Amino acid sequence: MAEWFGDNSGLLGLALLDGLASAGLIFLVAVGLNLVFGVLRIINVAHGSLYAIGAYAAASVGIVFASMGLPAWASLPALVVAAALVGGILGPLIERLVLRRIYGQEEVLQLLVTFALFMILEDVQKLIWGVQPVQHDQAMRLLGTYDVPFAGDVVPFTAYQLFVLPGVALVVLVGLAWFLRRTLTGRVIVAVTTDREAATAMGIDARRVFLLTFTFGAMLAALGGALSSPTGAIVPGIGAQTIVLSFAVVATAGLGQTEGAALTALMIGLGRSIAVYFEPELEVVVPYIIMVAVLLVRPQGLFGSTVARRI
Amino acid sequence: MRRGETLLGLLGAAALVAAALLAPWLKFILTVALAKGIAVIGILLLLRAGQVSFGHALYVAMGAYTVAFLAPAMPDAAVLLPAGAAIATLTGLLIGLFVSRYREIFFGMLNLALSMVVYSLLEKLYDLTKGTDGIRVELPRFFGMALDRPGFEWAMFATALVLALGAGAFARLYLDSPMGQALSAIKTRETRLEFMGISARRVLLAAYVISALLGGVAGAIIGMTTRHVTPLLAYWTASGELVFIAILGGAGSVLGPFLGAVTFELVRIYAGAAVADAWQMILGGVLLAVILFAPGGLWGMIAGLLRRRAGAAS
Repeated sequence: MAEWFGDNSGLLGLALLDGLASAGLIFLVAVGLNLVFGVLRIINVAHGSLYAIGAYAAASVGIVFASMGLPAWASLPALVVAAALVGGILGPLIERLVLRRIYGQEEVLQLLVTFALFMILEDVQKLIWGVQPVQHDQAMRLLGTYDVPFAGDVVPFTAYQLFVLPGVALVVLVGLAWFLRRTLTGRVIVAVTTDREAATAMGIDARRVFLLTFTFGAMLAALGGALSSPTGAIVPGIGAQTIVLSFAVVATAGLGQTEGAALTALMIGLGRSIAVYFEPELEVVVPYIIMVAVLLVRPQGLFGSTVARRI
Repeated sequence: MRRGETLLGLLGAAALVAAALLAPWLKFILTVALAKGIAVIGILLLLRAGQVSFGHALYVAMGAYTVAFLAPAMPDAAVLLPAGAAIATLTGLLIGLFVSRYREIFFGMLNLALSMVVYSLLEKLYDLTKGTDGIRVELPRFFGMALDRPGFEWAMFATALVLALGAGAFARLYLDSPMGQALSAIKTRETRLEFMGISARRVLLAAYVISALLGGVAGAIIGMTTRHVTPLLAYWTASGELVFIAILGGAGSVLGPFLGAVTFELVRIYAGAAVADAWQMILGGVLLAVILFAPGGLWGMIAGLLRRRAGAAS
């Protein structure tokens, strides 16, 4: 075993660098899903669509910025602008028009409403952006590559992948922890997550918190998508792929856990990239195997707390 | 209502036969719809316990892939159908022993995860499964008879119809039996069920294994009807479709799944023909409308109409 690690330490190092980037993206999506579930108690299947639309929108905004003659560095803020636009428009729209009507209904129906939204948004993407792959990688090319030494040679990694993706995830993690613990709005969100009834009784306007949280979660999903867009072509179906992966992260971490989601995303991101280097066939299976293994031992998730049974 | 349900079920079956005779091209769609309806009966049982599986397409895929793997060696529907059902049931028992400990989203997500594992394996193990290309199934015999294509399609349609009626009748009996009553108790107050000395886990496991069996039957029929089996059968959106059909048809009656499945397939075909890139949007819109404005599903609407009729007559 130790020998194997010695022989493959170089490869493991490369896998680590790849894993950090993918963990960053997974975290952004999963933490939004988690936040929305914590407050609204709805598993939002359409969260994956918001990710996909964020990616498409980022490519479009990037192209518009470039055609306006803005300098190349503007491609970085373009990603954030796209995410804010998508989350800021679609978030309130979905919450107000659809979700608001089904609070307090059966869980199955809530889940299916978001599944219906997912189906609708899936076709909206096809109608707007077509089914051909969309690519706009200016943001990634802008930052250039960085040579990582490997086995006496160098492997070029893009600086975007090495620094921007994990960096943004870290900023969001720290920012979110600060926001939830230190600001009034954040603590109100935590209060509603912990005990909605008590929070409402204390005079908290739960509807406003729902709207706010959902919009914020939508922005995080769109940000994940936007950040992923320069790293490859955007094709139909990425929303469906992303959402199952974030489900796995959320269920593995336990519900309502921000830091837990970060650790789990890291675990799953690393697990996948290690699989890519050593057993590529297993890459897609790894997250689910991790999830099943964790839930076998801890049915409430890694960081979830047990709930008292109703009698 | 019970007798009304049987009567409506038989009427519906007659209507399907009539439709298939009048428009032979419908036969294919109706066979697939009936098969999906059978799988959705299984979803209905789990819904009775308040549990949603977002992974039951796994069992449909199991049934279909069993057909695809066995067809070259034993090309007879009389062998393939029970084999598909048996493999799915065994898998269901194995997975059920594990997932019956979990409730609500954990139950849903675990089913989702396991079905995605199988989906990924079907897609990646190219040597065994031909990956996303899928496997073509040669026309099997039907109880030793070598039928031509239309003949075999009729045979599959009849098989699906008979099995659908059987599955519906069975589900009705099961839900009325103590095991079925215990299922509803899991939804309302599980702890009290256990106070009575009944293991909620076993009650759920029994329903789960039955639902896997029904999924396997559905998959085997779909495999022999479409005669092309791909990993997409196990993708999570296919599982979502099954839950979709359950709610669309209405969870209040064993006729709901078939009502939902036929509507679903017809809307899909017509919407797909009319607007190729927006059929999902149309289906999503229908689902949204049903949940927001007719929570009882199509069956709820029909039952409401019948009740009003009966009220006006008396």
